[in-house]
Amino acid sequence: MKEFALVFRNSENQDVKPSPEQMQEVLTNWMNWMAGIAAQNKLVDRGNRLSMSESKTVKPGNVVTDGPYTEIKEYINGYTLIRTESIDEAVAIAGQCPILTIGGSVEVRKVVASDDNS
Amino acid sequence: MLKLEKWWHLMTTANSNSELLPHIFRKEYAKMTAVLCRHFGLQHIEIAEDIVSDTFLKATEVWAIHGLPENPVAWLHTVAKNKAKDYFKRIAVFETQVKKNIKPDEIANEQVFEFSDQNIFDSQLAMIFVVCNSTNPTEAQICLALQILCGFSVEEIANAFLAKPETIKKRLQRARNHLRNDNFQIKSLSKTEIEFRLDTVLKTLYLLFNEGYFSKTNNQLIRQELCSEAARLTLILTENTLTNTPQVNALLALMCFQSSRLEARTNDNGEAVLFDEQDRNLWNKTLIEKGNYYLINACKGNEVSKYHLEASIAYWHTTPTDQNKWQHILQLYNQLILTEYSPIIAMNRTFAYAKVYGHNKAIPEAEKLNLADHSYYYGLLGYLYADVNIDTAISHYEQAIKLTKSKTEKQTLAKEIARLIEQNCR
Repeated sequence: MKEFALVFRNSENQDVKPSPEQMQEVLTNWMNWMAGIAAQNKLVDRGNRLSMSESKTVKPGNVVTDGPYTEIKEYINGYTLIRTESIDEAVAIAGQCPILTIGGSVEVRKVVASDDNS
Repeated sequence: MLKLEKWWHLMTTANSNSELLPHIFRKEYAKMTAVLCRHFGLQHIEIAEDIVSDTFLKATEVWAIHGLPENPVAWLHTVAKNKAKDYFKRIAVFETQVKKNIKPDEIANEQVFEFSDQNIFDSQLAMIFVVCNSTNPTEAQICLALQILCGFSVEEIANAFLAKPETIKKRLQRARNHLRNDNFQIKSLSKTEIEFRLDTVLKTLYLLFNEGYFSKTNNQLIRQELCSEAARLTLILTENTLTNTPQVNALLALMCFQSSRLEARTNDNGEAVLFDEQDRNLWNKTLIEKGNYYLINACKGNEVSKYHLEASIAYWHTTPTDQNKWQHILQLYNQLILTEYSPIIAMNRTFAYAKVYGHNKAIPEAEKLNLADHSYYYGLLGYLYADVNIDTAISHYEQAIKLTKSKTEKQTLAKEIARLIEQNCR
């Protein structure tokens, strides 16, 4: 079994304002998806969601800017750690992530273990 | 104390005169051992157990000839007390006449002790915490609890753990050695010790209850016995200020809700009755109310333990009709599986998922679980496929029958197959 980080990205879209009902549905789907991973005993860590409102980017020379992003309006909004046999399996799990239905994407990254020589 | 006894009688519906001997023995074993152990000191637990066993032996001989005494429990207490006195007399003779170098503190001096309600209560509370001692691994603690607190035989414990009796025997032996060498004082329970050990205690009681509730035996009396034993021990925890925590109340609420359906879960032939087919008039309303009471108590504070989640699920099961019932249950299972993975929770969650989203959507969720060595897994797949593909459903049910050791479960599954075949012929 290998561990993979699923990194969730979303882009800011001022034009789309989901209704409370739609947001409720996304939340429900999200919880079902997460619990579905846990039900296969493949969830290592739920991880964290990263705040948009309280975020800064620090650059050399005491340059501090608001927000997590630079040119593109895409931002990382969280991550979760899972445990699967292969990256393909991790990709299959990521493919069910509800963030894909609201314009986001999931990056699948293997966690490099300390004894990893590959 | 009266409250505890009264309530406990509600749990054990059987009339005391019709109770089988082992039934009384199991109940009394734990109580009497606890009191004697508290009196003799923990390092002499075997002496306490011997006295209790001798008492039962005498009871079997005398009662077989003379019939049951009017008050069997009082009879047992009196005999045990006399046997304890005899033991002290023998020890006194041994120490003064045979053994010259007396170690005065090794065995407690003879003191007056009573099997009073209060003494039984205090001793049992203390004993619960003695047994759930972190010097032993959790598995061993659970075995010990079953033996010492509940009077289970090695065989019964082995069944509960799906292990070989020899394995359990060895485990108990090791655990007892550790226990004997431990300096834990049975008489005083500090706040820190209680806080430190409560989790293990609750886990043990939870597993004990489940052993009764999901038991492989279709002997209704034994199942009730196990469930009420677990509830009785949990109730003891709620009666003490230090142990009356939200988690304890949540666990007790769970036990009440589940127990309320014990009658309805089995028909007159000892076969399991599925939830949807249960006669709701058989649900014990007093226990449901008790469950509500403890669940409300459990909500004092911000803690949400797995017992809170399971109690809430059980609560929803006792409410007959609510449009969003299964949605609530699914959400709770979602939280529960994130708290702790277990194959059973994973499968129950999938069942709830099917109730909300339908069988077609639940089938891939179920197949992902990959729990090929569980009979219940194939039962679940059979259930989900019943509306979709009868042949697949039947082959899953057949696999479930192959895997299960429970006679009741085999019967229920065979019935389901017969129903599907009949439906297919029409």
